[in-house]
Amino acid sequence: MTVSPHLPLPSGEGRGEGGHALTQPSPEGRGLAPPLPPDTLLSARGLSLRFGPITALDAVDADLWPGEVLAIVGESGSGKTTLLNVLSGRLRPDAGTVSYRDPAGDLHDLHQMPAPALRALHRSDWGFVHQNPRDSLRMRVSAGGNVGERLMAAGSRHYGSIRAAAIDWLQQVEIEPSRIDDMPSTFSGGMLQRLQIARTLVTHPRLVFMDEPTGGLDVSVQARLLDLIRTLVARLGIAVVLVTHDIAAARLLAGRIMVMQGGRVVEQGLTDQVLDDPQHPYTQLLVSSVLQA
Amino acid sequence: MNAGYNFAYLDEQTKRMIRRAILKGVAIPGHQVPFGSREMPLPYGWGTGGIQVTASVLGPDDVLKVIDQGADDTTNAVSIRRFFGRTAGVRTTTRTQEATIIQTRHRIPEAKLREDQIIVYQVPQPEPMVRLEPSRAETKRMHALAEYGLMHVKLYEDITRYGHFATSYDYPVMVNGRYLMAPSPIPAFDNPKLHRMPALQLFGAGREKRIYAVPPYTDVRSLDFEDHAFQPRRAPHACALCGSRSSYLDEVVTDDRGTRMFVCSDTDYCAERVAEGQKEAAE
Repeated sequence: MTVSPHLPLPSGEGRGEGGHALTQPSPEGRGLAPPLPPDTLLSARGLSLRFGPITALDAVDADLWPGEVLAIVGESGSGKTTLLNVLSGRLRPDAGTVSYRDPAGDLHDLHQMPAPALRALHRSDWGFVHQNPRDSLRMRVSAGGNVGERLMAAGSRHYGSIRAAAIDWLQQVEIEPSRIDDMPSTFSGGMLQRLQIARTLVTHPRLVFMDEPTGGLDVSVQARLLDLIRTLVARLGIAVVLVTHDIAAARLLAGRIMVMQGGRVVEQGLTDQVLDDPQHPYTQLLVSSVLQA
Repeated sequence: MNAGYNFAYLDEQTKRMIRRAILKGVAIPGHQVPFGSREMPLPYGWGTGGIQVTASVLGPDDVLKVIDQGADDTTNAVSIRRFFGRTAGVRTTTRTQEATIIQTRHRIPEAKLREDQIIVYQVPQPEPMVRLEPSRAETKRMHALAEYGLMHVKLYEDITRYGHFATSYDYPVMVNGRYLMAPSPIPAFDNPKLHRMPALQLFGAGREKRIYAVPPYTDVRSLDFEDHAFQPRRAPHACALCGSRSSYLDEVVTDDRGTRMFVCSDTDYCAERVAEGQKEAAE
């Protein structure tokens, strides 16, 4: 399929199937942020952030429903990791709000939350999977200790039950339970990433942010990891915000997709729809540039 | 007493500054209070923190005892005792019962301390989580929010690797149910003595510029797991000199063929027991 990136096309409007607000924000629509749907887990309205002269985010809206996987794709520098950091409360936007609905159904403005509450959220109800597992794992602590850390942070003080949970989670991510006392430095890249996932999911979070979870792994390991993430997420009903530049990973995991370019969401919708019938020239370019083996 | 020095070496303004830090430390048990640590005429690691705290609480009528690893006759103890003898002219002693201020490195005396005594600990590293979390800003935040799960990761690793708590000194404690505290490198054997001690406990870290305190009769609990209780450990021997089976023992190698003896690390306690034994034998 050949696509001209200069094809004049309407900008992805009218993809309103599925009951979700899929209209993309227009620059002049900043003041008229769409109202929050009543049942979202996480909603962002009008997020803007500049790093000096660079526009990292420009009036971005996003909604995430419980149990769904939302992929954010785009090239390097398109603002997808910045968006992830703002959505997870790690970075404060210049303008806009992020609202999170807690299990009791109450809405919280993430960037107005007191620091202890936000940290507690990150420790228990949320998880973050980094591209480089070494950023999150404690390399001098055994695999079991790494998996148990969030349990201990949540107040678990029973060695036996922490260890049992660690063994259970190692099995769930397909690591031999006999490796429980080994140091992460003896693990391969793929195992490290699976260990990071076990460590994150051990507290049964409702929402997990993933930043390029398959980056830097070879293709067969990637495939196995994607399969594992898909299985776990489906079984546990976790909502995921997945940042990736890998269109194939997005297609495999995500129900919905947001395409970013220059800090703006240029197109969003159901993954298969967007990828099979891209409307925006940039999305068309992105889809057409995937290598076919 | 040497002329030319202010009483107890430090100038009065510095002592006031340190006393303010101590008062704040007493008001918030276990909380590390920053203070302007001064250059002292001894190297870091030899007790510059303890010596500044002692200088600030010392009065002319006080009786000072200095312990180094339990002993009164080791270099550090001898030189600090002599330092205050010369700069403050206070009476010094080796007897735990006679002292009003006890500066210590690595031990708490075996004899029970009283309400009218102050014990000053020399602290090399006041931050209990430093080996787990290198960022000071982050550990400060963890203290502020009482997030101490990380410390249990360390204990988990101990049990996993060694089958028991392998941390044998500087064993972390919770003070008053709120602050995690490094008790300075005292043996874990001494940890139970911290709990509800009648004496005021002050901790000074000179290089790290921190002071903290445990007021009298404050709860101090050693961290543990529900299914792995904290166990104070001592060498399973009797003291070769006084025969004590309850005191903390030092292992002393006596020749190059592996012969060794176990003796009380608290020399005052041991000497007192030996003297009593001789008195009883003479009677």
